[in-house]
Parts: sequence; structure tokens; C-alpha cells
Amino acid sequence: MVKKSVLKIVTAAALAVGTTLSAFAADPIKIGSVLSVTGPAAFLGDPELKTLQLYIEKINKEGGVLGRQLQLVHYDDGSDAGKANGFAKRLLDDDKVDIIVGGSTTGSTMSMVPLVEKAEVPFISLAGAVVIVEPVKKWVFKTPHTDRMASEKVFDDMKKRGLTKIALFAETSGFGMSGKKETEALAGKMGITLVATETYGPKDTDMTPQLTKIKNTAGVQAIFVFGFGQGPAVVNKSYKQLGLTLPLYHAHGVASEEFIKLSGPAAEGVRLPAAALLVADKLAANDPQKPVTTAYRKAYNDRYKEDVSTFGGHAYDGLMIAVDAFKRAGSTDKAKVRDAIEATKGYIGTGGKVNMSATDHMGLDQTSFLVLEIKNGDWVLVK
Amino acid sequence: MLSQFLQFLFSGVTVGATYALAALGFTLIYNASNVINFAQGEFIMLGGMLAFFFMQSGVPMPLAILLAIAIPALVGIALEKLAIEPARDAEVVTLIIITIGASLVIRGLIQIWLGKGTHSYPAFSGSEPIHIGGATLLPQSLWVLGITALVVVALWYFFSRTLAGKAILATSCNPLAAQLVGINTQWVLLVSFALSAALGAIGGVLLAPITLTSYDVGIMLGLKGFVAAVVGGLGSGLGAVVGGLLVGIIEAMAAGYISSAYKDAIPFILILFILFFMPRGIFGAQVTERV
Repeated sequence: MVKKSVLKIVTAAALAVGTTLSAFAADPIKIGSVLSVTGPAAFLGDPELKTLQLYIEKINKEGGVLGRQLQLVHYDDGSDAGKANGFAKRLLDDDKVDIIVGGSTTGSTMSMVPLVEKAEVPFISLAGAVVIVEPVKKWVFKTPHTDRMASEKVFDDMKKRGLTKIALFAETSGFGMSGKKETEALAGKMGITLVATETYGPKDTDMTPQLTKIKNTAGVQAIFVFGFGQGPAVVNKSYKQLGLTLPLYHAHGVASEEFIKLSGPAAEGVRLPAAALLVADKLAANDPQKPVTTAYRKAYNDRYKEDVSTFGGHAYDGLMIAVDAFKRAGSTDKAKVRDAIEATKGYIGTGGKVNMSATDHMGLDQTSFLVLEIKNGDWVLVK
Repeated sequence: MLSQFLQFLFSGVTVGATYALAALGFTLIYNASNVINFAQGEFIMLGGMLAFFFMQSGVPMPLAILLAIAIPALVGIALEKLAIEPARDAEVVTLIIITIGASLVIRGLIQIWLGKGTHSYPAFSGSEPIHIGGATLLPQSLWVLGITALVVVALWYFFSRTLAGKAILATSCNPLAAQLVGINTQWVLLVSFALSAALGAIGGVLLAPITLTSYDVGIMLGLKGFVAAVVGGLGSGLGAVVGGLLVGIIEAMAAGYISSAYKDAIPFILILFILFFMPRGIFGAQVTERV
């Protein structure tokens, strides 16, 4: 008995010494992440996690950051905002991470915000809605474009074509509803009249009733669909079935190759705002985003044998902004890193050129969005 | 106005036919075992996902479809053999819970094997809409409606004209008595699971070109199919079809005429009404409990 417990103590001590020693040698920088890798938002979390793993591995192979290795600590919230909150607590209290890059959906991000604000840990979110950075929260940043920017870009393009009376067709998901709110608020300011507003469920399989209603509304000049995932592809199919010819616009949430594949010929002529990543190969050679977007596409394609999506790009940007901030701060001191992130200037990422400031924790402007049109099953830049 | 009504009707009938196929699957297993098989939705998902997988791997379409129906039938048999049969002395509620567990397992395996993406494949006979009275209908909808009708007729024939079908009915009425007259009730259970799985898979294969398919498509379809089965009267084949069409049409009309925001709520409210006045559903048998 005695012998055994002595042995235990010795082993424990040896282990403790071992860990402290190795901690001294190269204490890794801990990057925490809570992503929606499974569940309805899996199409966001899945490429995000793959991107983080791919690039953290790559950075470590090249010597790490500040001479230290990066260590990814990630949890899957299963697209449940409540779980994200619990995992964030774990990242902050148990894992003691140096920074959090994650939060696939606006819901999970917002459930984590109060915790990181209290713990004073820098947090770069990968979710879309404006509420994350407006009002500005001291420790919270984000990389994706906002829904408001998407609507603004779409309205700009509509006005160029002389379309001012439109029908809004929004999804009843968090993303769609937030987009609907922003779009409705923005329409008046930009001189666009919403003559019809309809909604659909994210899992609906037939949108012809709503589209028939829109078709029979007098004066509709264009349709703007706000949703993501498979719903918008079904909208395209129903739209084609009804033989509608009104210009059809989608939001940035559908910017993926999968969207074209799913819609088939029904996607022809559809326009949407998107980041340069999708059309990396079509960018002008002197475009500042050309090198970063083509490199990311190639790395991701080679490793996972699947097409990149904008969402993985958000994770790439988040990680690179964090790494850049660690380098400029010269340490992992949380306050210094936070200040460094806020001082990010001229970072060129997959989403565009990022210029953060004390009042802007996203740092992207309208120029970072391009309007794309689907022609012959491929993206075409609309000038 | 008429064209608008027709459009809503077409939409409702197409969606309703898929609910009807799911509801028929529930009915089959319920009849054979009094179990409500909550893995029914997963059979629908398996049909669509497997058809996509085989077509993508270069298997010719007819063979791919055949495989996509045969494999779920085997899964149905496996489900009965491995999960239901070992627990056959348990209460019905326990068996229902087992089917929920099975549905999670099937969904999870497909999620890992075929990924989380959404997929689709071309419609069987083109996607050029057919114009009828100012409304449009996809050729694939005709496939859905036609096959559903065929399945209903085949099932009717099976249950009222063949010995095997009658054996299943007898087992559902009184398993002990059925056993006494020489019916192999174990075999009956196996057949009904295989049959309802194949039925669900047929629905999934037909639907995928219209509604797209993914690993989690079975949840909602299964739920709506269950609602349709309950509305029509659990255990009634005709009830399942009428219930499915009713739910689909009410949904489409609600979205078209009232508001798309209440589209999902209105059928459920109506269903509550129906069940309030007809607790056994529209075609449910009037059964009195013996005390």
C-alpha cells in the first residue's frame, strides 16, 4: 500500500516537473475557438475549423509566432448558442487561452461576448451581424462583412439598373431576420421601396406560393432574397419554375460553389455581393487581394479536396489578424494584443482590406464587396 | 386568380405527396407492431443521399436508384433484427425510444460518411416546367404524384389480395391469435420494416431533385409525415395519403393567401382542431378499449 502511494507521488512529481520544464522551454500560445462544426450551421463551422487547423499547422511548421508554437483549443457548439456560452467559459477559466477566434453564428458570438468582456480576453468573431461590433465592445472584433453592407451593395447595383421598387424575400433564420431588419431600415434611406415582403423557412422545399404572391404584386421590379444554406437554392428553382424574369438578387450568405451546383441552370443571371475570394482567379493581376486569395484557395483545395467558401476565409482572416497582433504586441499580454488588433491597418485578407480603429472593430468598407453574377454556371464580376 | 389558386394547389399537392409517402411508412410499421418508427424520416434521407452518392460515383441512374431503395430496405431489416427484436418484450414506448436512438445513429453515420453538404441531382425527365391554366408544374412533381399513386395501389393490393399482406394485418389485429393460426409474426415484423424503409427511400429518391437532400433532411420530413399519419388516422393507409395531401395543401394555401410567416403554424392549428373533434383522425378505426 505505502509503496504504491509513494510511487504515485513520485510519478506525479516527475510529471509536474516535466510539464513545468517543457512549459518553460516553449509555452505554446493558446488560441481558443468555439465553432458550429455540426448542426444546421455546420457549413460555416466546418470550413472554419479546417482552415484554422490547416494554417496553425503551417505556422507551427514555419517556427510558430514569437518563437512559440500555436495551440488550437476548439469546441463544437453544435450550432447551439447556449452551448457556445458554456464552452467559452471553459476556454477562459480552464484552458486559459490567450485569444478566442471563433463564434460561427451571430447567436453563439453574442452569447460569448459578455464572458470575454468580463474576462478581458481579445475575441475575433467570424459571424456576420452588425450587433457584434455596434456598439463597439472593447474586446470584441469581427472579420466578416455585415448584413447591412450586403444590402447596401445590392441596393447600389439595383439603382444603377434603375430598379427602385423591390420585393424582399427573407429567411426565418437568425441570419435572414437580422438581414430583413437591416434591409428594411436601409431601404428608405437609399430611396428603395419595398412593395412586398415575404418569408420562408430554412428547411422549406417549395417557395412557389410566396413567389406567386410576389409575381402578382403590382410594380415589383426586382427580388432580393436574404438567406443562406439550401433555402436560396430552392428559391432559385421555384423562381425558374414560375418563369419569373425579374432580376433576382441574393445576399452574401450563399456565396459558395455549392450554391451554383445546387441551383443548376436556375442560378443563371442571379446576382449577389461577395468577397474577392470566390473569384480569385478572375481578379486583375495587380489586385492587392490576388496573392492572398489564390494562395488560400490553393492551400485549402490541396489539403481538403473541396472548394473554398467565404466562411473559411473569415477564419483565415481572423487567425492572421491575431497572429499579426501577437507579433506587433511582441507578447501575448492581453491588453497589448487587444490594442494591436485595434491598430490593424492595411491588412489584406480574403474579405478585403482591413483598417480597424477605436470606433470600427471590423475595418472593412464597401470596396471590399464585389457584385457577382452567375453566368454559364460560373461567377462573373459585374463592373 | 384561378391561376394563382392552381399554383398553390400544385405546390401543396407535390409537397403533400411526399408527406403521404412518409405517412404510409409510419402506418405500415404501426400496423405490424403498434410502434411509431421515428427513424422513418431517416429512410427518406437515406434514399436521397444514397442515390446522390451512387450517381456521383458514376453508377447509371436506374441502378443507382435501385441501390438507393434496396440498401435502406436492408437497413430497415437490420434495425428490426438488431434493435427492435432483442427488445420485443419491452413496452411500446421503449420501442419508440429505440427508434429515436436508431434515427440518431443513422443520421450521424451518414453525416460522417457523406459529409454535411447539401446535394442534388438532375430531375428524371428534365426541369422544363409544364404550363397548366396559367400555373406551372415541374415534371418531377408528376413523378412524385404518379409513383405515390402506384405505391398506394400496390399496397392496397398487397394487403387485401395476398396471403402475406393478410398475415401482416392479422398480426396487427392480434399477434397471439395470428401466431396460433401459424403466422410467423417475427417474419411479419421484418417484412414491414423492410417495406416501410423501401417506401421512405422511394420518397427520398423522388424528392431530392426538387427539394435537395442532406444528412438532416429526414427530421422535418419525418415529423410532417407523422403529423399526416395522425391526421389521417394512424393505421389507415387511405388516411395517410389524405392526411399527407391535406397538410401539404393547407401549408401552401396558408403561405399564399394568408401570410408566409404563419405557413408552418396554420396546418398545426388545423390539425389540433381535427384531432379535437376526431381524436382518432379522419379515417381512424373506432376502437373501444376493453377493461
